[in-house]
Amino acid sequence: MRQEQERFDMLTPSTEQELAELIATRKDPLEIVGGGTRKLGRTTARDVLSTRVMTGIQLYEPAALTLVVRAGTPVDEVQETLAAEGQRLPFEPMDQRGLSGADGISTIGGVAAANISGPRRLQVGACRDFMLGIRFVDGRGMVLQNGGRVMKNVTGYDLVKLMAGSRGTLGVLTEISFKVLAIPETEATLVAAGLGPDAGIAALSRALGSPFDVSGAAHFGEGEHSRTVLRIEGLEGSVGYRCEVLRAHLGGEWDVLRGSDSADIWRDLRDVSAFAGKTGAVWRVSVKPGDGPRLTRLLEEQGLPHEAIFDWGGGLVWLWTEASGDAVAIRLREVIAGLGGHATLYREGETPLTDEPHFQPEDAALAALSSGLRRQFDPRGILNPGLMG
Amino acid sequence: MQMPPPDPEVIGKKSRLVDRLKSVLPDDAVIHDIAETRAYECDALTAYRCPPLCAVLPSTTQEVSDVLKICAEENVPVVPRGSGTSLAGGALPTADCVILGVARLNKVLEADYDNRVIRVQTGRTNLSVTGAVEEQGFFYAPDPSSQLACAIAGNIAMNSGGAHCLKYGVTTNNLMGVRMVLMDGTIVDIGGPHLDAPGLDLLGVICGSEGQLGVVTEATLRILHKPEGARPVLMGFDNSEVAGACVADIIKAGVLPVAIEFMDRPCIRATDSFSGAGYPDCEALLIVEVEGSPAEIEEQLNVIVDIARSHDPVELRQSQSDAESERIWLGRKSAFGAMGQINDYMCLDGTIPVSALPHVLKRIGEMSAQYGLDVGNVFHAGDGNMHPLILFDANKPGDLERCEAFGADILRLCVEVGGCLTGEHGVGIEKRDLMYEQYSADDLEAQLRVKDVFDPRWLLNPAKVFPLDATATRRGQGSSEAAA
Repeated sequence: MRQEQERFDMLTPSTEQELAELIATRKDPLEIVGGGTRKLGRTTARDVLSTRVMTGIQLYEPAALTLVVRAGTPVDEVQETLAAEGQRLPFEPMDQRGLSGADGISTIGGVAAANISGPRRLQVGACRDFMLGIRFVDGRGMVLQNGGRVMKNVTGYDLVKLMAGSRGTLGVLTEISFKVLAIPETEATLVAAGLGPDAGIAALSRALGSPFDVSGAAHFGEGEHSRTVLRIEGLEGSVGYRCEVLRAHLGGEWDVLRGSDSADIWRDLRDVSAFAGKTGAVWRVSVKPGDGPRLTRLLEEQGLPHEAIFDWGGGLVWLWTEASGDAVAIRLREVIAGLGGHATLYREGETPLTDEPHFQPEDAALAALSSGLRRQFDPRGILNPGLMG
Repeated sequence: MQMPPPDPEVIGKKSRLVDRLKSVLPDDAVIHDIAETRAYECDALTAYRCPPLCAVLPSTTQEVSDVLKICAEENVPVVPRGSGTSLAGGALPTADCVILGVARLNKVLEADYDNRVIRVQTGRTNLSVTGAVEEQGFFYAPDPSSQLACAIAGNIAMNSGGAHCLKYGVTTNNLMGVRMVLMDGTIVDIGGPHLDAPGLDLLGVICGSEGQLGVVTEATLRILHKPEGARPVLMGFDNSEVAGACVADIIKAGVLPVAIEFMDRPCIRATDSFSGAGYPDCEALLIVEVEGSPAEIEEQLNVIVDIARSHDPVELRQSQSDAESERIWLGRKSAFGAMGQINDYMCLDGTIPVSALPHVLKRIGEMSAQYGLDVGNVFHAGDGNMHPLILFDANKPGDLERCEAFGADILRLCVEVGGCLTGEHGVGIEKRDLMYEQYSADDLEAQLRVKDVFDPRWLLNPAKVFPLDATATRRGQGSSEAAA
């Protein structure tokens, strides 16, 4: 084990066993990270434990669409390995480095622990839907496993989903099995310019409610610079056909982009590139897709200057606010409370949150269940304490 | 199959319990007459039966909450029941339990086509969810073969799959939110019409928890527009290894069929004589179905047929019409009925890595000879979800036990090759005692701790999923079972 002396201790166990011993004998809280490129919120832990040294692809069976990989393996390495066989992680995980300004190496464990899912989530599912099995070390230092490497598995409770998105608060992931999918032959993007948010989201909704299997649906930009975009993927003939029928189905002017013109749009949407270098706070808001435009209208009425990128057909709103700090969080969450949904602060603005949580607070009954689970899996409260409540 | 001995104290207070339940439910919603409780003595795993103390049929979430509060106060176990179609004994009662049936909770609460979700009460049957939206061209994707009868509540409890889950996923991938009642009567809402919920993924762990964490009374489900069309292609091969290789190549090619179904020779013969589907007499048969417009179907089938040809099929039949498609599916869909015509059967659902298929089929053949019981294999090949159908004679002494032992050996084999005990039916009581094959004591303990949080006194469906010895102290019956 290396101990990199920075302003705090950085613990980097190199095996699952080493990690288990470390946690079992640990007294002080730990901040759990992979490559540290997706840090959100705050924990009371001072010292950091990273899985970044626990790397390596354990098994890859392209014909079974199965990949088993250690948590510290760089996401880029995973993507390259898959691409060599014409496959990919279907849930399109975001590269958060542009937005966060962090310059580490993203790990696959970080993607799983934060359940990171990009534009294709609305068609194929989230990261958690592609996680077949996990190994992890809980807060007692026990090495545990759940799920497996097969596509269908209902044997016992699904702790895989519970661990996905738990951000290291229940345990430290050491190995993950993923279902992967083939990269389709081609893709195309339909683009309409100048639609307002209501018309844009309505068009996305019409497309998503059609039989034409849309794999991305987003709306961004203001006024005449706004763009409403729909992605179609598949075999060449099928993509061409669906572009044509969708244009007819939606009416209005839709251009077709192919190749890298199409791919670049979705990469930028995935990574929220538009807000990357822009001073201000960035929120990730989840609402009912049709409520996306209403959310921004209500914020305008509240006099809260903002810009919005609508992904997932309107259901995922990346919200940039010029102002920042607790007061903004409180107002934003009040608006969302009226709609149903939740907001997470993805990047601090000039004024960081001090009292308001970065993650959406849960109602009392759910909070009791969540804290009950944290107590069971981490009875001493040493894994990312305070991060998620 | 061992079940915990009933608690005489609970049985002794039946009349008080019934009175209390009647105080919160209409009279006809409390079933306590011994002749009538017999209707709830088993689910689709009919080999095991036990009438419950009583059964209740609440019509609202509030009634469910009232019932659970009373049962918690009286310390009475509760076994939730959807439509009773579980093949794993998930709804099997004990003599000291209250069966909580959700059959009267069957309303559609909201169909929202713009947001592509439907909110239903969970007693509604799977197929009638699609029924509620199909006029608008929509459907609910998970399609377990019992979909005509099975309830959404049971689908959520077992995380049910179906023939088309290769493309559309299983229940957990299509479930967006629930309203659920905890054992202490607390009503919680988790998730909703937005695509992800905040905080820990409680929904993910509730789905598939076999009615042990709470009673789900409402569900928000993803609905999709129906595809323009669908068409199958049938392929026969003279050995199952080649069929397996063909499946692997199709998957690798990047076309995503909605279903890849596999049948072996015993199953092909049985179904063909039963249904007259006109299947070739060969070692392995595949049905691959794709969806889309006619041109898209053609494009995908061309890729698939080219791959099939490269594996020397003994038969390759592309459907040219709806009637022909129906004929191709006819045998597969009547497979269970056909096997049932021959004898009683037990259907398992272990899942294996697709690459292990030839080895597993060979071993099942060897075990079949060893146990002297015939077995037919029909399964979802795209995702490795096996369905061996073991034939036995329920009237022949010892046959059921032999069949169960054979089944357990098959499931052990599934785990040994990297798979799991159950891919879609659930553990219930059927595979409860095999859980140590797949999980260490520590792994199971981690799952038990989840139940400790939701149901600290272990009153909800307590004797299922986990080996009884692992849960005895939690169920408060450690000493009485040791004595028994």
